[in-house]
Amino acid sequence: MNAPARLAVVGFALALAGALATAVLDLPAAAVDLPAAVAENLSTSGVEHPVTAVLLNFRGYDTLLEIAVLLLALLGMLAVAKPEAVAPEPSAADPMLRFLASVAVPLMILAAGYLLWAGAHRPGGAFQAGAVLAAAAVLLHLAGRLPAWASPSRMLRLGLVGGFLIFLAVAAALLAQGALLRYPPAHAGALILLIEAGLTLSLGLILAGLFLVLARRPASPRAGVGEEGKS
Amino acid sequence: MADTFLDPLPWLIILPLAWASLAFLVGEGRGGRLAVAGLAVQLALALILAVQVMAQGARVHAVGGWGASLGIDLLADGLSVAMLLLTQAVALPLAVYARAYFSEVAQTTFWPLAGFLLAALNALFLSADLFNLYVTLELLSLAAVGLVAMSGKPAQVDAALRYLLVSLTASGAYLMGVALIYGAYGTVSLAGLAPLVGADPPLITQLAAGLMLAGLLAKTALFPFHFWLPAAHGGAPAPVSALLSALVVKATFYMVLRLALGPFAALADDAAPLLGALGAAAILWGSWRALTTHHIKMLVAWSTVAQLGYLFLLFPLLEPGGAALRAGVMQAFAHGLAKAAMFAAAGVLMLSTGRDTLEGLAGVAGRVPVTLFAFALAGVTLMGLPPSGGFLAKWLLIEAALEQGQWGWVVVVIGGGLLAAAYVFKVLRQAFLLAPASAHFHRVPRAMEWSAFLLAAASVLIGLRATEGVALLGVEFGP
Amino acid sequence: MTPGLLYALTGIALFALGLAGVILLRQTLRRILAFNLMGSGAFLVLVGLAQRGGVVDPVPQAMVLTGIVVAVASTALALALARRLAEDGHEDG
Repeated sequence: MNAPARLAVVGFALALAGALATAVLDLPAAAVDLPAAVAENLSTSGVEHPVTAVLLNFRGYDTLLEIAVLLLALLGMLAVAKPEAVAPEPSAADPMLRFLASVAVPLMILAAGYLLWAGAHRPGGAFQAGAVLAAAAVLLHLAGRLPAWASPSRMLRLGLVGGFLIFLAVAAALLAQGALLRYPPAHAGALILLIEAGLTLSLGLILAGLFLVLARRPASPRAGVGEEGKS
Repeated sequence: MADTFLDPLPWLIILPLAWASLAFLVGEGRGGRLAVAGLAVQLALALILAVQVMAQGARVHAVGGWGASLGIDLLADGLSVAMLLLTQAVALPLAVYARAYFSEVAQTTFWPLAGFLLAALNALFLSADLFNLYVTLELLSLAAVGLVAMSGKPAQVDAALRYLLVSLTASGAYLMGVALIYGAYGTVSLAGLAPLVGADPPLITQLAAGLMLAGLLAKTALFPFHFWLPAAHGGAPAPVSALLSALVVKATFYMVLRLALGPFAALADDAAPLLGALGAAAILWGSWRALTTHHIKMLVAWSTVAQLGYLFLLFPLLEPGGAALRAGVMQAFAHGLAKAAMFAAAGVLMLSTGRDTLEGLAGVAGRVPVTLFAFALAGVTLMGLPPSGGFLAKWLLIEAALEQGQWGWVVVVIGGGLLAAAYVFKVLRQAFLLAPASAHFHRVPRAMEWSAFLLAAASVLIGLRATEGVALLGVEFGP
Repeated sequence: MTPGLLYALTGIALFALGLAGVILLRQTLRRILAFNLMGSGAFLVLVGLAQRGGVVDPVPQAMVLTGIVVAVASTALALALARRLAEDGHEDG
């Protein structure tokens, strides 16, 4: 791109930022008061924490599709992972790291369980719990205890899609209540916990997969492939 | 109870999500049978939904039972049901085609990716919520990118990466628009926004609409955002190219149309001349590039760039109850079916000759006559000859242009048709040449030839069923 | 100026910076980072602008959580594609 074109792009970005800032600074209060609606319906949502209520009840359908987005990203990554680059043996890691992993991982699993349970009434929930599980898997990999993924086995695939399938099955079964994902208030809490428990495991595996698929080293001696030095 | 449980509307989203994840579970390369069975049911559901909507009017499905703005609404009106019908009608023959194709060409993860792609399309066409549309859009993009990249060939991975970066930037712009809209109005429900935005929207709404429009146009590959399309669509395996060209680019066009008819109606008039001009440029430039390329699938991909242009000619001519909306939807249908047929046929031609260039086609007419006939029939639709759907779409566009005295668009429509004729005949002429003595032809499964033919025949015959289509499109929600 | 508005203005600046970056930069990795900057900008506007009045609004918070997950997924896929290209020696950066 030549210099005038680059200048034009910078100018455009600055103008856009200026226009957006002007528009934002001169903005009356919103006409619809959604926080009030959330507060009003919180008691029938099955959970006490408003963000969890929005994520899994009021806008639970977004969350269902979002899990599908995560699965898709992993599918795409597995599709382009080089077939001949077989997962190497875990490298011999630092003894300190190995020790740290053996101490931290059980605690992380415990923390994930707590986050899952806490999500109903305070910040937490399946995503946070899944992220902690995934971090535990990454730590195990760095400590040489867990190999990178080449192609997931049937069991692992079941773990990856299991949470999504439970969520989808609950969503479909609730059609009998009159609409997709329409929880009966009496059972909303239990159903949301069921969904979140499944999601915690699957999200942990998927998020770990996003790292572990990329962590594979190529079989060829051209190790340490990066962005630098090749043009 | 049973009534709500058997409502076809939510099942059009649940079913493809279910078979996509099961296809992943059963393992690589399998799942084709699941997909065909699922799609057959989906086509039946879409037809039932169309009949219901025509009889009882448009309807809303409040997910979670909350209703907008607290919950997310799904809306089935004439426009969305028409797009759903198109999606299932294109996808079912393509699934049959793909089963045969991937028995010839090795593949890894086609079925789960295709399942999520179709689920994303159905969810997008039914969504009546700006943020939910963003999620469906991302689902669609990631599935499409995965399909482009899945062969693992460097050229394809490169095309997929470019496509992904354009797509992500575009989604970012769209999401910024959604953030501004939520900040300004406190809701992202399309129905809720329409009365709030009103006839004279403030600066923040104009900026939000502009950002969203730019993002959607980039994803639709409307000229000058078409740069990523030929490599991504032209290089992918034939069933993938067909899905992407026939359906995926239509999804973002549908969103532009939905927003222009809904909350941003007041701003649509301002953007219309620009959209029309870009559409005209797309028709001329895309047709010209199709005419000058030497690769079969690149020709078909550039033809997509051109045919997308016609969709945007409807915006300067859009008026309530006018012919332009019908023209646009008829064009989406005709092009969707014809382009799926054309890519499917191109895949057969390439498998048969073992080459991807136009020169390699010499003599193919005697080998796969059904496929060549399918290509020609699809060509008839793209050129806009009667009685095809393409003819009807162009006729309606010309009618709308003449009614409003906007003569310029008539010239573009007719000129584009002539250019389409030129590039279609270029392929056919080559196919009827005598094969060189060195040519060697491969056998191609019959299922591939006939599914391509079915799609092509549908693209022509759709013109004869236009009355039902018009009645369906007339179904609108609200007062 | 309320804190919410300050977040929104920061978000606008990040968004514009990221947008210019995606268009101007040539290296794939930098473009992926620029896209993430754009996304973060949009998230800040979403939560900041909606809560400019000082009232906590859980809806945009939940939306941003969804958005972050989508951004993570897209970034991972983009990195996998870039890495495959690099492995095959076709990296243009």
